[in-house]
Amino acid sequence: MAQDSKLEARERDFSIVGTRPNRPDGIDKVTGKARFGADMAAPGMLHGLILRSPHAHARIKRIDTSKAEALQGVKAVLTSKDLPDLTGEDAGLKDILINIMARGTALYDGHAVAAVAATSKSVARKALSLIQVDYEVLPHVTDVEEAMKPGAPLVRSDLITQGVEPAPSKPSNIAKRHEFGHGDVSKGFAAADAVIEHNFRTEATHQGYIEPHACLANLGPDGLGEMWVCTQGHYMVRGTCAALLGLDVSKLRVTASEIGGGFGGKTTVFIEPIALALSRMANRPVKVVMSREEVFRASGPTAATSIRVKIGVKKDGKVTGAEAELKYTGGAYPGSGVEYGAMSAFACYDLENVKIVGWDVLSNRPKLAAYRAPSAPMAAFAVESVMTELASKIGMDPIDLRLKNAAKEGTKAPYGPTFNRIGLRETLEAAKNHPHYKAPLTKNQGRGVACGFWFNFGGNTCVSMNLGFDGTVSLAVGTPDIGGSRASMCMMAAEELGIPYDKVRAIVADTSSLGHNDVTDGSRVTFSTGLATINAARDAIKKLCARAAKTWGIPEDAVVWEKGHAKPAGGNAGKFEPLSLQQLAAASPSTGGPIAGHYEVNADGAGVSFATHMADAEVDPETGSMRIIRYTVCQDAGKAIHPSYVEGQFQGGAVQGIGWALNEEYIYGKDGRLQNAGFLDYRIPVASDLPMIDTVIVEVPNPGHPYGVRGVGETSIVPPLAAVANAASAAAGVRLTVLPMSPPRVLKAIEGRAG
Amino acid sequence: MARVLAGGTDLIVQMKSGRLEPALVVDVKRIPAMHAITAEGGGYRIGAAVSCAALGEHKGVKSLWPGVVEAAKLIGSTQVQGRATMTGNLCNASPAADSVPALMAANATVRVVGKSGRRDVPVADIQTAPGKTSLAKGELIESIFLPARSPNSGDAYLRFIPRTEMDIAVVGAGVGLTLDSGGTCTAARVALCAVGPRFILVDAAAKALIGTKIDAAALGKAAAAASAACQPIDDKRGTKEFRIKVAGVLTRRAAMKALERARGK
Amino acid sequence: MMDGIHVKTTINGDAVEYVCEPDETLLDVLRDRLGLTGTKEGCGSGDCGACSVTVDGRLICSCLMLGAEAQGHEIATIEGMAEGGKLTTLQQKFLDHAGLQCGICTPGILVAAEALLKKNASPTETEVRYWLAGNLCRCTGYDKIIRAVMDAASDMRRSA
Repeated sequence: MAQDSKLEARERDFSIVGTRPNRPDGIDKVTGKARFGADMAAPGMLHGLILRSPHAHARIKRIDTSKAEALQGVKAVLTSKDLPDLTGEDAGLKDILINIMARGTALYDGHAVAAVAATSKSVARKALSLIQVDYEVLPHVTDVEEAMKPGAPLVRSDLITQGVEPAPSKPSNIAKRHEFGHGDVSKGFAAADAVIEHNFRTEATHQGYIEPHACLANLGPDGLGEMWVCTQGHYMVRGTCAALLGLDVSKLRVTASEIGGGFGGKTTVFIEPIALALSRMANRPVKVVMSREEVFRASGPTAATSIRVKIGVKKDGKVTGAEAELKYTGGAYPGSGVEYGAMSAFACYDLENVKIVGWDVLSNRPKLAAYRAPSAPMAAFAVESVMTELASKIGMDPIDLRLKNAAKEGTKAPYGPTFNRIGLRETLEAAKNHPHYKAPLTKNQGRGVACGFWFNFGGNTCVSMNLGFDGTVSLAVGTPDIGGSRASMCMMAAEELGIPYDKVRAIVADTSSLGHNDVTDGSRVTFSTGLATINAARDAIKKLCARAAKTWGIPEDAVVWEKGHAKPAGGNAGKFEPLSLQQLAAASPSTGGPIAGHYEVNADGAGVSFATHMADAEVDPETGSMRIIRYTVCQDAGKAIHPSYVEGQFQGGAVQGIGWALNEEYIYGKDGRLQNAGFLDYRIPVASDLPMIDTVIVEVPNPGHPYGVRGVGETSIVPPLAAVANAASAAAGVRLTVLPMSPPRVLKAIEGRAG
Repeated sequence: MARVLAGGTDLIVQMKSGRLEPALVVDVKRIPAMHAITAEGGGYRIGAAVSCAALGEHKGVKSLWPGVVEAAKLIGSTQVQGRATMTGNLCNASPAADSVPALMAANATVRVVGKSGRRDVPVADIQTAPGKTSLAKGELIESIFLPARSPNSGDAYLRFIPRTEMDIAVVGAGVGLTLDSGGTCTAARVALCAVGPRFILVDAAAKALIGTKIDAAALGKAAAAASAACQPIDDKRGTKEFRIKVAGVLTRRAAMKALERARGK
Repeated sequence: MMDGIHVKTTINGDAVEYVCEPDETLLDVLRDRLGLTGTKEGCGSGDCGACSVTVDGRLICSCLMLGAEAQGHEIATIEGMAEGGKLTTLQQKFLDHAGLQCGICTPGILVAAEALLKKNASPTETEVRYWLAGNLCRCTGYDKIIRAVMDAASDMRRSA
């Protein structure tokens, strides 16, 4: 199959794939009709609000909800007592339960401690102010290095580090040690002509989706429930809520609203089980919408990190040894994702000797959620900074150094597998040949290059395709459309069926209408749902051919499908006029009934993806202000289904990375409280901060997909931290190792610059 | 507690966050005179409810005091400027208000109205501490008065923010200058924001400019005087060290811009 | 609970009456009382622009205005933009240029961009970028949004 697909991807002459039609949800989105999470209401609906801990770490001695309960208009007040622990042995689920409502201890500033449902928002606000919580404030720690020190305040009293032999006898904040690599790094460094080692720090950032989490839940005494949720995975919401509240999965019907951005941050639950539990208590629909402040304090930002990288090279640029130690904290729960940082850190390079150690560390911060290629950008920042320094140390062009060591087909990746056909080299060459790379720079400007890698993912996918009697096609997918995927699905369905794009309509089906689909994550939708869509179309085509065979009275295998028509396979099959999809659909009631295509798969073969980014930065040496004045993304998309949306993913990821590099950060006070829980001081890039973002779509087909698709959503955020850091360091004349490179940090570095 | 609602861009945010729960909100925008910009004595009187966007569209004010208008046009986004007023910016009493140093550099006054009548007060005397003003109970600001400008004068306001827009000033510097016919500075006013609990009128910086041709040496002295006058704090927007340094840089740059304007460029 | 305030106003050309709480924002009135959910809430503090509307032609954030202040004014929201169901040039260009991914910021950006083009028919790229600085978009990196606005301006000039 793999081999065939490869040939097919190369040789296929596409008619719809690769064009740029308008998206099916477009008009609703430019007219305000599209319904997002907070846009839905239900008869008798109540408004839910959540009370949150003002302390970074505190024992909850007592919660008095009596005054709130007595307030007119209050229909339910909930604390952790109303959420019995049904998680059994499932530690991950237990952590979610603890995170959605603190059980005895508030673990971070913003941790939920109680919730209310009332007849209006203002009554709900008043009710929150009437809940009295007695806290015993406990010592806290938010810094990853501090949290690892012996004697640090313990976030959990019973956490024993895993992955260390022998197992420690005392609890600590270190949840797990990970190690990856091969060869002998000390031998590698001994063989090097130049070795550079640096320490790096990155602060936590937030996905910064513009739509706050929102849901509308309705759960009756019969255990039948419905939810309307902005989420990247409504099946995940269904499964998690059902497990936490003791419901049958099949009795909970979850519909995914239009989603106003997620970037990984909406791949878990925060308010959804609470809304459902409040609804059960009040026996009325309950809507819960987070405020922006709640989004920052109590959803899932990234890890904050401390990273050491050491790389050695020969004079000719060959890397002889590479080593990294990564310390990530993802809040008060295990699961900082450091292993993905460790696995991806050196994945761009073909290395003989490589070793990466990762430490998963707890601190009094909110529970991490995924953010676009989770954990990889920080590791790439450190590795690619050192690579660029090495290039200048040995007097080599930074792209040439990377080309010299670039991973290719047959390279054994530091995390184990051997790569098949990949496109890193092609992205490097595209960058090197781009006019940007040769454009002159002036005073106070610098150019940076960096590469990035992401695994990409497949996963459980289920697609259903139904043909109307008029020959139009409805396509039901189960992966929320976060950036135009319905358009891509329609394109692939139309391509395969051989009918016009506008004859296919894709919808995101609710959980009761279609089988399970994993979350929209891992850059998996165009790959997995696309693969399933193509195969569902093939399933429908098989049935269409069978109907034609029946009509003609010839064997099914004597019918072929070409350009939207069933045709006899050759002269021996008989002479019949081709039957179009439309004709076959119209006749279907008399040839066996409605025609549908289905496909279910746990998709494999997602195909790893690589990118090379180039940034030009300009510094104001008197203030440390840094501007990105030119930016180019070269990334392997395998095959771009809808090039505009592929470019959009490249540009969006690059700009999120620019924000991460320059200004975005979680700022904690000495009291452990988040100081900047709003868009005023959590500074995501605004339009005037940026240049146009140039893109080059490289297409090295993925052998694992019928059309050669590789996911593109995540890789684009991996290189920019490093590309910007390399450009900024060149502009400032000093190596910048701490993110964000905010003006005070840059100015201080410039002033401390030797000479 | 009663609160005056002008543009509402600070007040409504504070009410929503629960920081303020006024018993009464008085919308001064319902008073037509509050929306007027009127010429007066060679200068302009700007009603308390005039939005920054409306101010920016007024050619007269723009050509007389460009530094004031550029400061007003830095407050928040286009949307915020559609509502925000300079009077509100002043009365919100944040020491980081962009329009205030520019108004101070222009030697503007405000007309305060209360039960006992009206009084004119220098802009610099309104804010007394973060969130506090010298206005008595029952008093509000009715208008801001930008005086006539001497010939060969210019003003400018510059602020530092991490992004290009949307941030609160980390440091801001307003400079107003007057030259004689030979190009020597005869009067100067330098005001800073976000480098202390109050706005700072830096006389030493003004003195460093007066009597000079505003050459590099004078600019350097003014910058040093501005840095020396700072009493900043470390916070999420910047460090003490950074603010002190950048206050000098911005003072120098604002003075150069004001100089160009004074020279008629 | 304070008494509600009775307000008569005009929204997208239609006379509208409502009663709102004294501290209720225009945004909440539009979304919760009038069902005009095309105007979005991203922050509630004037920092994201998703709630952009115009009042008497002036671009504002509806989260920074009280519902009670709408008395006697003319409000325009995204729902009033495509007259008679026909998309404006600006709306069409956003589709053609893929100027949206998730679409949550789109109504606010369209309202803001339309206000710009009414004021300035030939904005430079820099002018567009600064005018829209108060409209956060987290998906696109702004590139395709800026192109859509510039292209719409150019088409509108040609047909003017």
